Amino acid sequence: MSTGFAIEELGENALLLRFGDSLDAATNARVHALAADLARDRPDWLLDIVPAFATLALCVDLEALAGASEPLAAVRRWLAARAAGDIGKPQDAPGRHHLIPVRYGGSEGPDLEAVARHAGIDPGELIRRHTHATYRVAMLGFAAGFPYLIGMDPQLAMPRRDTPRTDVAAGSVGIGGAQTGIYPRRGPGGWQIIGRTGVELFDAMRDPPALLEPGDSVRFVPETGPTGPQR
Amino acid sequence: MSVLVISAGLQTTIQDRGRFGYRHLGVGSAGVLDPFSSLIANRLVGNADGAAVIEICLGGPTLQFTEAARIALCGAQIEASANDRELPGWRRVDLAEGSVLKLGACRRGARAYLAVAGGFDIAPVLGSRSTDLRGGFGGLDGRALAAGDVLAIKASDHRLQNRFEVDRRWIDPAPDLDFIQPTEVRVLAGRDALRESQQLHAGEWQIDAASNRQGLRLQGPRLALADPGERVSEPVMPGTLQLPPDGQPILLLADAQTHGGYPRIAHAIAADLPRLAQLRPGDCLRLLPCTRADAQRLLDDRRQRLARMAIAIDQVPARSELR
Repeated sequence: MSTGFAIEELGENALLLRFGDSLDAATNARVHALAADLARDRPDWLLDIVPAFATLALCVDLEALAGASEPLAAVRRWLAARAAGDIGKPQDAPGRHHLIPVRYGGSEGPDLEAVARHAGIDPGELIRRHTHATYRVAMLGFAAGFPYLIGMDPQLAMPRRDTPRTDVAAGSVGIGGAQTGIYPRRGPGGWQIIGRTGVELFDAMRDPPALLEPGDSVRFVPETGPTGPQR
Repeated sequence: MSVLVISAGLQTTIQDRGRFGYRHLGVGSAGVLDPFSSLIANRLVGNADGAAVIEICLGGPTLQFTEAARIALCGAQIEASANDRELPGWRRVDLAEGSVLKLGACRRGARAYLAVAGGFDIAPVLGSRSTDLRGGFGGLDGRALAAGDVLAIKASDHRLQNRFEVDRRWIDPAPDLDFIQPTEVRVLAGRDALRESQQLHAGEWQIDAASNRQGLRLQGPRLALADPGERVSEPVMPGTLQLPPDGQPILLLADAQTHGGYPRIAHAIAADLPRLAQLRPGDCLRLLPCTRADAQRLLDDRRQRLARMAIAIDQVPARSELR
């Protein structure tokens, strides 16, 4: 198999394809390339194709496969037939590019100065570095539409807060370890909050509901001026 | 036809079989925690299997029906009365117009299901009528029912007499649901091994009060991993048993997040999800090892019992239809 993954079982109704155990961008690109290829003619019994950093879950409908003597064996056979072809090359990966305006610091980015101190740079330099990088949406998880973005300047990495905040505002841009991300909805959260965007990341009534999809790329643009409407 | 919520109960939500196809966007499945009881409730009133039902958690709502309605209550044993006449579960009940259905405490089990013939007329969001409490969408504005809410009911095929009638025939949920303590649930091995593999299966686990639709928090012997290193976040599923650093496992349920970074030590089998839904804070749970072949056989057995029940339900019309 050219795509190079190991197959594990994730309970009774999902297979987990493992490309590796790390957070590197090249592995993640392979995950998204295969996810996109498998999604192109997805059988009805394949309910979900769920990418993560270095793994891809295939979740199946056990009722639709009730006639199969072993449902997950049927999935393995389908996958082997699909993966025998020349699919899942990283250059096949789709992905749109997004510019996300962010107001850094102040009440909207209460941890900006702490993160800058932790990195040994001044807040202006932190903003410059955070907006300079192009990030990949490695996966969406934790909450609906929450993007885990990889590609951050390693010097900006900072552990999560010891005690998570009980109330993080919607649109908050945070740093959690080596990753950066955006909270789509108000709620509890443990990441270091450095700014906020007015862009709506997730709206279940919108099509598509999530602004960012796995495999997309993102850049942050510093925004100055009056604060936008609060959500 | 509609239902007025007079009082809401502890956490009363609209649920169907769940929301699929959006896990890659971080959207969990939601849906009924006990797919067995909710399915039978729907079949008893003549609904399609995927119709939305009301899921009641521990303490039930009081509801008023504007018109005659056919209902069924399945799942937990719940105190129920209609216009002060006691109502049994697992059977068809016809209510006259204006009836007040009072649902009290769950005596055994944690989740009861109310199906109404015709089903709830609620627009699906992302393909499902299930309430996503964490995401705040689906069902009734993504929240639990509140006093004053009005739920529209779709027209049913049945022509109902405007009278109170309790069918004398009922469905026996055993052995799928027996409420015997400690509850026994079978699990498949997970990716991450424990230092002492028998520890998970040897003792009893108590359900912590902080449990909810997202997961059951289990209290018991402190578990340790064979390899305690850090993990990268990976997809998880309802049924996955995670082990946080405190050594007390969390068994994920329908509202689980889509990805998790905690080690995955086991997976509850699909056939036992109804039993997990019925666990109350303080209840005891035993986790028994299971093979994939046994898990599949148990699910096949369940399907056969459900098929036989469906035939029994269809062949015996309710008395109101005989007249």
